[in-house]
Amino acid sequence: MNTNTPHPTNTVPSASTVPSASSVASENAKGAAMDPRPVLLDINKLSIEYRTKRGKLKAVHEASLRIRKGESVAIIGESGCGKTTLATSIVHMLPRNATISGGSIGFFPEGKAEIRLEALPEKEMRAVRWNDIVMMFQASQSSFNPVAKIRTQFLDTFQAHNPEISTDDALNRSRELLELVFLNADAVLNSFPHELSGGMKQRTLIALSLLLDPQLVILDEPTTALDLITQKKILNLLNSLRDSCGFSMMFITHDLGIVTQLADRVVTMYAGVVVENAPTADFFSTPLHPYSQGLLRAIPKLNATFEQLYSIPGSTPDLVDKMDGCLFAPRCAHCHARCLTEIPALRQTDNDRWVACHLYEEVTHGAY
Amino acid sequence: MALIELAGLEKSFHNRKTGDTQVLRGIDLAIEEGQTVCVVGESGCGKTTLGKILAGLQGYTGGTYTYRGQEVATLKGKLWKQYRTDVQMIHQNPYESLNPTQMVFDIISAPIKHHRKIRDFAVLYQEVVRLLEMVGLTPVDDFIDKYPVNLSGGQRQRVSIARILCMNPKFIVVDEATSMIDTSLRISLLATLKRIQEELKVAYLYITHDLALGRYFAWGQRLAVMYLGEVIELGPTGDVVEDPHHPYTKAILSAGSIATDNSYDLKGVDIPSFQHIPSGCSLSPRCPEMIPGVCNVVKPPLHTTSPGRCVACHLYAAEGPRTTEGPRSTENLGTTEGQRSTENPRTGQGRNA
Ligand SMILES: Nc1ncnc2c1ncn2[C@@H]1O[C@H](COP(=O)(O)OP(=O)(O)OP(=O)(O)O)[C@@H](O)[C@H]1O
Ligand SMILES: Nc1ncnc2c1ncn2[C@@H]1O[C@H](COP(=O)(O)OP(=O)(O)OP(=O)(O)O)[C@@H](O)[C@H]1O
Ligand code: SF4
Ligand code: SF4
Ligand SMILES: [Mg+2]
Ligand SMILES: [Mg+2]
Repeated sequence: MNTNTPHPTNTVPSASTVPSASSVASENAKGAAMDPRPVLLDINKLSIEYRTKRGKLKAVHEASLRIRKGESVAIIGESGCGKTTLATSIVHMLPRNATISGGSIGFFPEGKAEIRLEALPEKEMRAVRWNDIVMMFQASQSSFNPVAKIRTQFLDTFQAHNPEISTDDALNRSRELLELVFLNADAVLNSFPHELSGGMKQRTLIALSLLLDPQLVILDEPTTALDLITQKKILNLLNSLRDSCGFSMMFITHDLGIVTQLADRVVTMYAGVVVENAPTADFFSTPLHPYSQGLLRAIPKLNATFEQLYSIPGSTPDLVDKMDGCLFAPRCAHCHARCLTEIPALRQTDNDRWVACHLYEEVTHGAY
Repeated sequence: MALIELAGLEKSFHNRKTGDTQVLRGIDLAIEEGQTVCVVGESGCGKTTLGKILAGLQGYTGGTYTYRGQEVATLKGKLWKQYRTDVQMIHQNPYESLNPTQMVFDIISAPIKHHRKIRDFAVLYQEVVRLLEMVGLTPVDDFIDKYPVNLSGGQRQRVSIARILCMNPKFIVVDEATSMIDTSLRISLLATLKRIQEELKVAYLYITHDLALGRYFAWGQRLAVMYLGEVIELGPTGDVVEDPHHPYTKAILSAGSIATDNSYDLKGVDIPSFQHIPSGCSLSPRCPEMIPGVCNVVKPPLHTTSPGRCVACHLYAAEGPRTTEGPRSTENLGTTEGQRSTENPRTGQGRNA
C-alpha cells in the first residue's frame, strides 16, 4: 500500500527551508484564479463537538477546505483526528451526541443555487444524499444491511431514488458497475454481505456509490482491504470515471500511496484542525507542517533498512482540554515560545497551498 | 513438534443454490512457537478464511490441522478451552468484532478476569490502563468508559489489539489489523507486537497487503503468497521480496514498487473465481509467462528451489519447464529468461537440499 509513494524527504526541513514568498497576489488569498474549476463544496470554519462524560470533545475545530468540480481531495491525519467526523457532517449522519458548533458547509450543485448543508432540514437532505452526494463509510459495515442480499440492496437504492426504472435495467446497471470493480457480478449479487471478503465488500460499496451518478463521492478508507494489483485497477477506474463523469471526490485514507495516485490535493488534519492544504505533488516533495513531515517520514519502504523506520514521538493531545497554542507543540521539534501561547492560523504560503504553523508566518499571505 | 501444522487443509462453503464452493484448496504450513508467517494475496483469495480456521473460529472441511500435535477438530473439554485461550485473532474489521454494548474498560477487562483470574478492581484497572497506553489510546480517561460507537476506526482497531494482548496468547492471527491507523502509529504498534513476540514467544500469522509493512514485521521469518485458495510461494521474507519467483508474486511486488520503468503486469481481463477455477495452473489465464499446452493443462506442484523456499510454477520444475509439441516463441520470456533453461541454478540447489 504505502509503497507506491514517492520518496518523501527523509529529513525534517528546518525553518530555513520554508518556501520563499512567492509572487502570488495576496488579494488572491483564496486561490480562486489558480484553479479555474468552479467550487462544488466550501467548508468554512466548521467546528464539531461530541458531548462526552468529561465535557465537550472538540473533534473538528474551525476546519476550512474547498472541493472543486472534478477535483479529488484526500484527507489524511492521525487516527482519531476528526476525519470521519468532518466527512460525516457533510451528509448529516453524525452520531446523536455530536453538534455542529460553528461554521458552514456550502454546496454548489451545477445549475442550482447554493445549498447550506449545515442548516438543511432532514427532508431536503434526503434528496441531496445519494442523488448529489454519496458517502461510503469506513469498514463498509454500516453501509450494508447484514440480512439482505446485495442484489436487494442495489435494487432498493436504485428504486428509492429512481422509481421509474425497471428491475431489469437496474440489475443490468448494477452488474455493469460490479464488473467494473473486477467482481463476479452474479455471484456477488446473490451473496449476503458476510459471504464477501473484506476487499470484495469494499469494491461492492464503490460500485454502489456510483450507481446514481452523484456529483460528490465521499469515500472513508475505501481500499484498506485491497491487494496492490486490485487497488491499482480500482484507482485507475476511479480516475477514468472521474474524467468521464466529472464527479468530485473526497476520500479519507492512511495509505499515502493511494493519495499519490488518486488525489489532486491533500488536506492534513491534526487533532481536529486542518494544518496543511496543498497540491499532491508539492505536499510529497516539500511537506511544510512538522506533523506532515513526520507522517511522511513514517512510511515504510520496500527497500529501506529498518533503522530508518520512524514514528512521531509523543501522543495525541486531549481534545477535551481548552487549547492555548499549537496542538502539535508537545511533539514538535521546532516548537518555540510563540507556539505555546498562540494558535497558528491556516495561512497561504504559496500559489495554492496553506499551512497552520508559526514557522511560516513571514512567508504567508492571507488567511484561508 | 510444530505449534501449528496444516496438511492439505481445505474449506468449502455450502450454499443451497450454488452448492459447495471450495475456497481453501490444500494448504500445507507449519508454524513454530515464536515464529511469524506473513500472508499476502489477492482480495478474496482466502486469507481471512485461513486465519479464522487457525484461530478456531471456523471449522475446516478437509485435510488436517494440528495444534501441539493434536487434531483441532477432535479437541474437547479442557484441551479445547486451552486451545481457544492460546489462539486468538485480531479481526480485519473492528466495526464487526467489538461488542457494541460494552465499554472499552469491560471489553478489555473481561478477558483479563476470565483468563488471568484477576479479581481485584485496582489491579484490573491498572492493567487496563497499561494496555491502553501500550496501543496509544491516551489520555486513558478519555477512552476507558467509551463505547465502540464513540471511537474512530483506528481507535477501534487499537482496542481490538489491546483486548487480544491481555490474554497472553501463544498464537495470534493479525488480519489487516493496522489498516485504519496512521503510518506513524502503525510502526509503533508493530514494534510492540514484535517486542511481545520476543518476550513471550508468541507466533503470528500476519495478513496484510502492505508488502513494506509485511517485510518489516516478518523480517528474518517467512512470507507466504496465496492465490485462489492455495499457497503458491513460500520462503524467507527477505528472499521472496528481493527475488520473487512466482509470476503472481512478481506482479504484486511490481505493483508495490516505486519504480515504474520495468513493471511486471498480469493480463487483466479475467476475474478469478472459485466457481470457475482454471484448469492447470490457477494463474494461467492471467500469467504473462504462461506456457501453452503445459500451464493450462497440468497443475504445477510445489517445487522446492532452495532450502525453505518453494514455488508452485512450472518454470521452476527441476527438469526445466515441460515444453509443448510446437516451438515456443521466445518473445514473452521477459525477465525470467535465465530461469527457463534446464540448468536452473535455483532448482539445482533445491535438489541438493
Ligand atoms: N460518538 C462519539 N462520541 C464521542 N466521541 C467520539 C464519537 N465519535 C468519535 N469520537 C471521537 O472524536 C474523535 C474524532 O473521531 P473520528 O472518527 O472523526 O476520527 P478519524 O480521524 O476518522 O480517525 P480514524 O482514522 O481512526 O478513523 C476521536 O478522538 C473519537 O474518539
Ligand atoms: N461465510 C461465507 N460463506 C460463503 N462464502 C464465503 C464466506 N466467507 C468467505 N467466503 C468466500 O470465500 C472467499 C475467500 O474469502 P476471504 O474472506 O477468506 O478472503 P480474503 O483473502 O481475506 O480477502 P480480502 O483480502 O478481500 O479480505 C471469498 O470468495 C468469499 O466470498
Ligand atoms: S506552530 Fe510551532 S509547535 Fe506548532 S507545528 Fe509549527 S513550529 Fe511546531
Ligand atoms: S505455472 Fe505457468 S501459468 Fe502458472 S504461474 Fe507458472 S508460468 Fe504462469
Ligand atoms: Mg475514521
Ligand atoms: Mg480478509
